[in-house]
Amino acid sequence: MLNVAVVRFPGSNCDFDALRAAEAVGANSYLVWHRDTDLRKADVVILPGGFSYGDYLRSGAIARFSPVMQAVQRHAAEGGAVLGICNGFQILCEAHLLPGALMRNAGLHFVSKPVDVTVERNDTPFTTDYAVGQRLRLPVAHGDGRFLATDDTLRMLEAEGRVVLRYVAETEDSPYQPNPNGSAAHIAGIRNAGGNVVGVMPHPERAADPVLGLADGRGFFTSMAAWKPQPSTAKVLSR
Amino acid sequence: MTYRVHVRVMPRTGLLDPQGQAVEHALSALGFAEAGGVRVGRAIQLEVAAPSRADAEARARQMCDKLLANPVTEDYLLEVEES
Repeated sequence: MLNVAVVRFPGSNCDFDALRAAEAVGANSYLVWHRDTDLRKADVVILPGGFSYGDYLRSGAIARFSPVMQAVQRHAAEGGAVLGICNGFQILCEAHLLPGALMRNAGLHFVSKPVDVTVERNDTPFTTDYAVGQRLRLPVAHGDGRFLATDDTLRMLEAEGRVVLRYVAETEDSPYQPNPNGSAAHIAGIRNAGGNVVGVMPHPERAADPVLGLADGRGFFTSMAAWKPQPSTAKVLSR
Repeated sequence: MTYRVHVRVMPRTGLLDPQGQAVEHALSALGFAEAGGVRVGRAIQLEVAAPSRADAEARARQMCDKLLANPVTEDYLLEVEES
């Protein structure tokens, strides 16, 4: 059975959503406290959304130094799968497991609404059940979601195909504006060089069951349930 | 010796600063139309025990690089004084 550790920081608020979404695809999912240093044989680690440590200093900046993050660093270095959602994405950037940073939304407002994204890569542990180019409708809820990186890093991300989700332009069937936060290149999610660490601003766990009104995010969890660690990705640790 | 360190963290020049823009609009609405180029950063003050001013500054610089500023999006300025 797949072991899925959901890390709970003080201020996490999507931890139970992630836990349930993983349970719903048959995983053995459990919470791990930020002070823990043992991920209990996790195959997958999820850093959930929320406002860890009150977003003090910068979103994710303090969580990065919590004891559990050393275990997450090791897990990632060994090729284990890691998904950071929203605040989890911010933490992965602050921890240098992913490049770039997430800044205050361009419009300054906290944005909480569904958005449309396209799947750019279906070779990560969390996106194999999607088709490349598939359009998903997922909720976002963030104040600091504007992805930003140096020009060199942005070029590298595009050249290496490391953009996983991109906000998509408005169409007739979508009432939602593209790019809710001013992200560079409409980036909504990226992966690391090894492909095992993924960060996304939208919340697939809040759209993983038809009863929630949206179910497009369920594929993140069915993909994860079917994922097998790739020995070739081990030892790859790169921003 | 104890030194007082003032750190000023600012959004990197050229990056969109929506907070600065909002404050600029608010100033304009209050009748301060002459205000421009508003940017919002963060000031951090701390005390550092160190054998010399140079040591205090070197340590404070490490603190900025590791935690107090994000090198992707922010620049910082340091001032060190004897406290």
